[in-house]
Amino acid sequence: MWDWDYAISVLPDLLKVLPLTVAATFIGFGISVVFGLLLALMSRSSIKMVRFPAKAFVEFVRNTPLLVQIFFIYFVLPLYGISLSAFTCGVIALGLHYSTYLSEVYRSGIEAVDKGQWEASTALNFSKSQTWLRVILPQAVPPTIPVMGNYLIVMFKETPLLSAISVGELLMTAKGLGSMSFKYVELYTLIGVLFLVLSYPCSLLVRAAEKRLARK
Amino acid sequence: MSIEYIVEFMPSLLRGAAVTLEITLYSLVAAFVLSFIAGLARLSKWRIIRFIAAAYVEVLRGTSLLVQLFWIYFALPVLLDINLTAMQAGVLALGLNYGAYGSEVVRSSILAVPKGQTEASIALNFTPYQRMRYIILPQAIRSMLPSFGNLQIELLKGTSLVYLITITELLYAGMQLRTYNMSQTTLIFTLLLVIYFVIAFAFNTIIRLIERKVSVGRS
Amino acid sequence: MATSSNAPAPVRDEIDFSPTEHNDPASEKQAGAIHAGLEPIVRYRDIGISFGENEVLKGINLDIAPGEKVAVIGPSGSGKTTLARILMTLEQPTRGTIEVDGEHLWHKEMKGQLVPADEKHLHRVRKKIGMVFQHFNLFPHMTILRNVTEAPIRVLGVPKKEAVTQAVEMLEKVGLADKADCYPSQLSGGQKQRVAIARALVMQPQVMLFDEVTSALDPELVGEVLNVIKDIAAEGRMAMLLITHEMDFARDVADRVIFTDGGLIVEQGPPSQIFENPQSERLQAFLSRFRSNGFGGAYG
Repeated sequence: MWDWDYAISVLPDLLKVLPLTVAATFIGFGISVVFGLLLALMSRSSIKMVRFPAKAFVEFVRNTPLLVQIFFIYFVLPLYGISLSAFTCGVIALGLHYSTYLSEVYRSGIEAVDKGQWEASTALNFSKSQTWLRVILPQAVPPTIPVMGNYLIVMFKETPLLSAISVGELLMTAKGLGSMSFKYVELYTLIGVLFLVLSYPCSLLVRAAEKRLARK
Repeated sequence: MSIEYIVEFMPSLLRGAAVTLEITLYSLVAAFVLSFIAGLARLSKWRIIRFIAAAYVEVLRGTSLLVQLFWIYFALPVLLDINLTAMQAGVLALGLNYGAYGSEVVRSSILAVPKGQTEASIALNFTPYQRMRYIILPQAIRSMLPSFGNLQIELLKGTSLVYLITITELLYAGMQLRTYNMSQTTLIFTLLLVIYFVIAFAFNTIIRLIERKVSVGRS
Repeated sequence: MATSSNAPAPVRDEIDFSPTEHNDPASEKQAGAIHAGLEPIVRYRDIGISFGENEVLKGINLDIAPGEKVAVIGPSGSGKTTLARILMTLEQPTRGTIEVDGEHLWHKEMKGQLVPADEKHLHRVRKKIGMVFQHFNLFPHMTILRNVTEAPIRVLGVPKKEAVTQAVEMLEKVGLADKADCYPSQLSGGQKQRVAIARALVMQPQVMLFDEVTSALDPELVGEVLNVIKDIAAEGRMAMLLITHEMDFARDVADRVIFTDGGLIVEQGPPSQIFENPQSERLQAFLSRFRSNGFGGAYG
C-alpha cells in the first residue's frame, strides 16, 4: 500500500520547492510585521479618521477567510490594471491577513508598557515620535517576540492555500505529481511530514522562549 | 446597476452560505467534543493516554489544515479502502484540526483553576470525578469561552478550504457565479467577504451573550 | 509549596476575647481529664515529608483525643501547615503513618501488610476530617448556599431539602444566613471565611483543621472569624487542630499548645505552661519576638 520507492523518488521534487514555500512565509511575515505595526499605531491615534479605518480593516480582514482574500487580490486587481504574479498576490494576501493578527500582538505589547513611561517621556519633553521610537516600542516589542514567532509558524502552515491560485509551492507540486502517478497517499503524507518536521522544532523553540520570558 | 446584480447573485450565494453554516456546525460539534476528550486526556494520570493525546495535538497543529483536508479526502480512503464524501472529509478535517487547538484551550483553562479549588474539594471529600465535573470544569469553562469564540471564527474561515475539494459552499457558489459574470468579479468577491463577515459577527455576538450569562456572580 | 503559606501573620492585640470556660485553670484541668484515657481520634506516627531537598517534617509523633483542641504555633517554615495538609490528604508523607479513628489513613492493610492507600480508601477515611483554608477556597461559581449544600448533597447523599435546612441553620450560626443567595465575590474576607467554616461544618467531621484561617484577613475582620471558631470550640464535640499565629486565640481556645520548629515538635503542653513558663530556648525566643513587637501581651 505504501510505496517507499515512489516516496523516495519524489522527495527531491518536493524539497526543491521548499525554498519557495519558505520564501513566501518570510516575505508574507515581513509584510505583516510592518503593516501590523502601522495598524497598531493607527488604531491608537487620537484622530478618529485615522483610528477608524485601521480598526475597521482589522475587524473585517480578521473575520473573513484568507482563501477568499487570496482570490480577491488575484482576480480583482488585474481588472484595475494591476497585474501581479500569483506568488506576489498570494504573499500580499498572506501578509495583509496576518498583519491584523500582529497588530493585536503589538497592541498588547504597547498596553503592557507602564503608564509611567509615557509620563516620564512627557516630563523629559520628548517629541511624540521620540517617545514611540526611543521609549515605548523598545519596551513593547521584545516581550511579543515569542507570539510573533508563533504567527510565523502559523503563516508557514497557511502557504498551501497559495496552491489555489497555482503558486508552485509544496501542495501544488504534490497535486501535479499526483495527477500523473495517483499516489496521493505517499505524496500528501510526505507533505504533512515535511510540515511537521519543519514547524514542530520551531514551535518548541517558541515555547522555550515563552517560558524564559515568563520567568523574567 | 449593481443592485440588480446583487439581487441576481444573492440566492445562489445564500444557498452556498447555508452549506457553509452546515459544515461549520457539524465541525464545531466534532471539534468541541474532541477538544474535551483530548484536553482531559492530556491531564490523565496514565502516561500512555497523555502521550497519545499529545501526539494527536502536535501532529494536527504541526501540519497544515489544507494538507490534512487533502490527505483525508484523497489519501485516507485509499489507505483504509473506504469511501468518504467530500462533506465527511471536510467535517473530519476541520473537526480534527480545531479539536487539537481546542484541546489546548481546555487543558490550559483547567490548569488555570487555582489549586485551592481542588484542595477544598478534596477536603469536602468529593470524588475525583465530582471534583472535575462540579468544581473545576464549571470554572474552567468560563475562561475557555473567549478562546473558543476565537476558534469558532477560525473554523468558520477554515470552511472556505473545502471549496478546494469541490463542496458547493459559499466560496464555491461565488466562484461559480464568477465564471458566468467575469465583469462582476469585484462585486462577487466583495459580497462573499461581507457574507462571511456577517456570519462571523453573528457568532461573535452569540459567544459574547453566553459569556455574559455565565459570568454571573464573578467579580 | 506547602510551606509558602506560612508567611508571618499580622498579629494583633486589639481583639478582646471575653474569657471562656477554657480560660479558667480549673476547667482546663477538667478538659484534660475528659481527654485522658480516650483512644486518640488522630495518631501521627513518625511522620516525615520532604519536598525535593527540603525536609519539612522530620518525624512527628502526635495523638489528638476526640474533642480535643490542639493549637499549633511556630515560626514560618516550621512545617505546621504541612502537618494539617498531610492529615487532609493534600500532601503525601514520605515516611510514617497516620491513623484516624483507629484506621490507617495513607495506608491500607493487605494480607497483614501496609500498602499505599488507593482513592477509594482515602475517600472513606477522609470523611472524618474537615478543613478550613487560609485563602477560604470558596467555589466562586456557586452561591453561598450552594457552597454549603454541594458537598452534603453530592458526597453524603443528603436529600436536597434537608441539606438546605442544615445549611441555613449553619449559616445562621456563623451569622450569614442573609447572604445565602450572594456569590463569594460579593463578600468580605471575614464573611468568606465564615462561609468556609460553615461549609466544612455541615460535613460533620470528627476532626477539623484550621490552617491559619485569619492570616489572609484584614486586621478588622479577624475578630469575627475567631469568635465563630471559639463558639464552635465551646460546643466541644469535635476535635480541632488549629494552625495559628494568633497567640491570644491559641491560649483562649486550646486544651493543648504545640510548638513546632525545624520540622519537629519542640515543646507541648497546656496553654498556661507554654505561654507563661516556656521551657525550651527556641520557644522562649519565638514568644519574645511576639511580645517585643507589642503583640500577644494581653494574657502574658
